[in-house]
Amino acid sequence: MGRTLFDKIWDAHVIADLGDGDTLLYIDRVFLHERTGSIALQGMAENRRAVRTPRHVFCTMDHIVDTFPGRGDDTLMPGGKAFITTTRKAALAAGIRLFDLGDPRQGIMHVVAPELGIALPGLTMVCPDSHSCTLGGVGTLAWGIGSTEAEHAMATGTLRLRKPASMRVNLRGEMGAGVTAKDLVLHLIAEHSTTGGAGHAIEFAGPVVDRLSVEARLTLCNMAVEFSAFTGLVAPDRATLDYLRGRTFAPTGALWEVAEHHWHSLASDADAVFDRELEIECSAVRPTVTWGTSPQHAVTTAGRVPDPGLEPDPGRQEAMRRALEYMALQPGTPMADIRIDAAFIGSCTNSRLDDLRAAAAVLDKRQVAPWVKAVCVPGSTQVKRAAESEGLDRAFTAAGFEWRESGCSMCLYAGGETFGPGQRVISSTNRNFEGRQGPGTRTHIASPATVAASACAGYIRAAGGA
Amino acid sequence: MEAFTTLTGPILVLPEQNIDTDQIIPGRYLTTTRFEGLGEFAFADWRFDSAGEARSECVLNQPRGRLSPILVAGRNFGCGSSREHAPRALLEFGFRVVISSEIADIFRSNALNVGLLPIVLPEPQHGQLLEMDGEAVTVDLERSIITLPGNGNGGDVFPFTIDRFARHCLLQGMDRLDFLLAEAPAITAYEERT
Repeated sequence: MGRTLFDKIWDAHVIADLGDGDTLLYIDRVFLHERTGSIALQGMAENRRAVRTPRHVFCTMDHIVDTFPGRGDDTLMPGGKAFITTTRKAALAAGIRLFDLGDPRQGIMHVVAPELGIALPGLTMVCPDSHSCTLGGVGTLAWGIGSTEAEHAMATGTLRLRKPASMRVNLRGEMGAGVTAKDLVLHLIAEHSTTGGAGHAIEFAGPVVDRLSVEARLTLCNMAVEFSAFTGLVAPDRATLDYLRGRTFAPTGALWEVAEHHWHSLASDADAVFDRELEIECSAVRPTVTWGTSPQHAVTTAGRVPDPGLEPDPGRQEAMRRALEYMALQPGTPMADIRIDAAFIGSCTNSRLDDLRAAAAVLDKRQVAPWVKAVCVPGSTQVKRAAESEGLDRAFTAAGFEWRESGCSMCLYAGGETFGPGQRVISSTNRNFEGRQGPGTRTHIASPATVAASACAGYIRAAGGA
Repeated sequence: MEAFTTLTGPILVLPEQNIDTDQIIPGRYLTTTRFEGLGEFAFADWRFDSAGEARSECVLNQPRGRLSPILVAGRNFGCGSSREHAPRALLEFGFRVVISSEIADIFRSNALNVGLLPIVLPEPQHGQLLEMDGEAVTVDLERSIITLPGNGNGGDVFPFTIDRFARHCLLQGMDRLDFLLAEAPAITAYEERT
């Protein structure tokens, strides 16, 4: 029987079958950040454990660091500076590579990892961060772990795991105008619920995925964890190879040739059988935005806030009522009537060059509504510089956006910065949970184009007005 | 890690669905690079108002909330951020077991690594426990069963599944790292052949 892409990567990393369905799996790369990586590195040092293969371990500063221009180690988060200095010291002591503040390679881990060719097709990679699944966009089998497992992976180069089931999500049809990978994945989660992918490694496939840029595939896989999946994957193809060639840590010369040959084999066989398959008809997807406090609380930008009274499941109904209360919204309100206070473009979901280009195109010759605070945070220092070299920064600042240094910033309240309690934010991020962007802050997730269009209108809008 | 064998105690029901790790412990309380003092901030945004005053109406601030070792939560518990602080905060708060019909993968692995027993039950049994706030049940890890209170001869028994190795580690209070380190020869052999 044929094997899936997931089977192929998994099988190649099996060190031993441990019985009872458990596998000892080889881990090729570990990527840390200062918030949870600091804890793992410190735990290793205190227990006098060495990193087994330091060149397999990378670390960046993204969660807690300030994103204000001219930043240093000081950060708005109380106690935050200690995370930064501890990480720096511990990374040096452990002999691992750190992308520190001021390093042109610094940025959000899931933006940096593919951009530097650290995440490569067919590798296994873990990070103590739930959005590690992003890296499936280049065909890396990557998933989020805790600090203790990060120690295990660093000390031994392995983890003990039970193989998840497999799922293929077939994206068919044509994407309509103004629809992005973000809209597709929000649509998927709204249709099949936040637990729709539980227990499964998902391969995104089909003609729509084939045509998506590598950056858009990273966005798609990023949200796999919001679908409760173990991870997301896209088979590497010509676009992936073109994206990775020449990246800092990608193989070169004869090694590239060997790698390329191997990567071509990384696709699900025609007769591979998946435990589950889902179909999404992409022609039916419209620009999508969340109204509530779970990524499954999503509707089209032209839609209305739903009525919990029409939800048959009592548990879900209660969750909807609670969400409406937190979000201060009434059922039946057109999304387009929802006035926003702030707009945020950034995060491991949507802060890459394509995202910034899409938003800048919407902002062209327009102004952010006078009551809206708008912030753009490029995903990495490289993205920032590339954007500046094409003048995108000027498009953002001319429209009234702040233009920041790279980091996770206000995607979450880790760096101590927030739009504030009760503030309503249209955000290109991944989570609209209560308090995610700070206590009492209300988050509406959407694509960068929708965020830009909404920032200008002052109300929720898709680019093009819908 | 503290071993877990069997435990009898009242359950505390938090019926909310999608309780994410930022509800379990808000990110702003992750203020040091150590796992210490997390229990007092468990469910902080539920337990305290914006002025930092304890909400007396919140069950987690009542004696019952502090003394129940078994948490029964609504569907999709532990989603969101991978922070290991979440299961550690629950442990420090006093929970040893968390039960739901869906528990997020990363939370579940983290819980097992720190000694909090995560149990996933089918919807009907989970639904039954959701209606039993405050009643005492027995969680027996060795036999992988939950026994409900009954009339004289014992009550309903809900079996649950848990990976054998995870169960072994929890029963022994054993850190998995020792196991992995013992596999060093196999790991080296793998590295040499690939």
